[in-house]
Amino acid sequence: MPDPVRPSLAVWKFASCDGCQLTLLDCEDELLPIADRVEIATFHEATSRAVDGPYDVSLVEGSISTPDDAVRIREIRARSRLLVTIGACATAGGIQALRNFADVEEFRRVVYARPEYVRTLATSTPISAHVPVDFELRGCPIDKGQLLEILGAVLAHRAPNLPTDSVCIDCKRRGRVCVTVAHGTPCLGPVTHTGCGAICPGFHRGCYGCFGPAEGANPAGLLPKLETLGMAPPAVERLFQTFTAAAPAFRAAGEAARARGGRP
Amino acid sequence: MAPNAVGERRRLLRADFPAFLTALRERGYRVVGPTLRDGAIVLGEIRDETDLPIGWTERQDAGTYRLVRRDDAAVFGYTVGPHSWKKYLFPPRERLWSAVADGTSFRLEPDAAEPVADAFLGMRACDLAAVRISDRVFDRTAPDPGYHGRRRRTLRIAVQCGGAAPTCFCTSMGTGPGVGSDHDLALTEIVDPGPHRFLVEVGSEAGAAVLDRVPTEPAGAADVAAAEAAVARAAAEVGRHLDPAGVRELLLDHPDHPRWADVARRCLSCTNCTMACPTCFCSTTEEVPSLAGDRTEKWRRWDSCFNLEFSQVHGRPVRQSGLSRYRQWLTHKLASWHDQFGSSGCVGCGRCITWCPVGIDLTEEVRAIRADPTAVAPPEAAP
Ligand code: SF4
Ligand code: SF4
Ligand code: SF4
Ligand code: SF4
Repeated sequence: MPDPVRPSLAVWKFASCDGCQLTLLDCEDELLPIADRVEIATFHEATSRAVDGPYDVSLVEGSISTPDDAVRIREIRARSRLLVTIGACATAGGIQALRNFADVEEFRRVVYARPEYVRTLATSTPISAHVPVDFELRGCPIDKGQLLEILGAVLAHRAPNLPTDSVCIDCKRRGRVCVTVAHGTPCLGPVTHTGCGAICPGFHRGCYGCFGPAEGANPAGLLPKLETLGMAPPAVERLFQTFTAAAPAFRAAGEAARARGGRP
Repeated sequence: MAPNAVGERRRLLRADFPAFLTALRERGYRVVGPTLRDGAIVLGEIRDETDLPIGWTERQDAGTYRLVRRDDAAVFGYTVGPHSWKKYLFPPRERLWSAVADGTSFRLEPDAAEPVADAFLGMRACDLAAVRISDRVFDRTAPDPGYHGRRRRTLRIAVQCGGAAPTCFCTSMGTGPGVGSDHDLALTEIVDPGPHRFLVEVGSEAGAAVLDRVPTEPAGAADVAAAEAAVARAAAEVGRHLDPAGVRELLLDHPDHPRWADVARRCLSCTNCTMACPTCFCSTTEEVPSLAGDRTEKWRRWDSCFNLEFSQVHGRPVRQSGLSRYRQWLTHKLASWHDQFGSSGCVGCGRCITWCPVGIDLTEEVRAIRADPTAVAPPEAAP
């Protein structure tokens, strides 16, 4: 049975690179008080111990890309009180969702020496396409501050503070100079979900959209601007179809860019 | 009468400007003002005059801003940048209080930070107007202690504009480019005809107390005439216009004008206009408890009517469409602000035009509605 004082935490991995899970290990200073207050039940990156559950919180990294995944995520959901998806793969299907727009059979033949050993689905889909999800942490990788926020919220039995606004609002709160307006650098900040702390504009780079679309974003409105800044439509299409290619708003923007003269 | 009495006009030579900065520090002020950073003129701490953008100006228009060299060494030869003084008076993130657990109860912790007195160096006429508006906004129900505490300690050193940007429209809003009387000191820079100098107008005792420590002379007729010419030049250069007559009724009476749908297609709901605007004051608060659960802090941070969550009522946003959010912003700024605070919410600084990534221009939106206020959307094309 779960300990009422020490909630149990499980960390699960699907199709992903492990980067998001490692964010948990990256919380060096904060991890000790957490380890003290939660029971880490399953976390393959940190411990070899495994428990059958049930779990108070499951952090799920990665997308669903095989028939086995689709079964396993249902089992995890059934054994988890709260299920939190972490990262672009788990929340939007990840870079590997590019396969959704291509011929997976062809990939399999080209990439693998023994394609018959590879059991895969034709699509890479977010966890929320398979089971109900309680909270999502966006990003590639996720933000450490947001991870701690959600763990703190679970421990305090409160709702986590996870704004759904654009990157621009945090860029402006930090007093950054807009790279689009002042340097002519294309930036996806106006249509991208906040949470990273506007890291890329802080380094004079445009936002790559790794947190996926902001709530209520209007990417179509940004297309003419990106072209004015010198991006050819195929480059615009690629910009939207990278980290969260399958997120509906970015997928539509990529398709709109293609219609304006994108990749053939 | 003392040479620096309120209302006096003095001449400060450019060569003595460093002494002016020194005098501000000696009077205990932290000097903040325009400085170059990341390809723009932003507001930051001014330790000595080399921190100022001497010899620089900017070229700005809807959705674009570029620094350019001037062909003289003017100290204040530019207009407004992406920051406004609200970042000091109403910081983007501010801790309202903190508390520590104390048995089954809690105890509030006093704020240990020493209060800072800022000297705002280089406030433009439109900036002064924005602070006048904010003074009322943060005094509506009860005086906001953080805002008004900082505001009372602040010394306002205005600079009258000698040039305007294509995005400026202070002349339309009746806010500039000449400054009125609500400043502690007002400078007008005179580069030409030489010598390079400033006309300084004393606006308050606090301003006089600073000027007492700086070598100045009585201003002559030539100084006053040159300063007036500078302001007239700025007024002539003002690049945009917004007819304020009847704009309140124009916007409130036409919530279904097709222009709203048109601007909603272009608007990204990105919040940049509201962040850059010197009078936008919306905020939200958040609880920041420690992981160990033994202390908590309450923080206030800038929010925007362009955010979906901003109009959340019972778990659903009231203003779900981009159309309703842009319309909310513009009608509040130019129309219902009059009912709420007794003035327009716009001072004509043009920041929202420049710093909108897609260059949406409120003066243009108002003009389009005014051109045909009763326009209706064309019927949907038959399938
Ligand atoms: S740099 Fe990007 S994120 Fe920052 S304000 Fe500009 S468009 Fe938005
Ligand atoms: S709007 Fe007027 S007062 Fe403000 S910067 Fe422009 S010219 Fe100066
Ligand atoms: S609405 Fe625009 S022009 Fe008016 S005060 Fe705000 S930022 Fe300046
Ligand atoms: S008007 Fe411009 S700056 Fe304001 S929310 Fe819309 S796109 Fe962003």
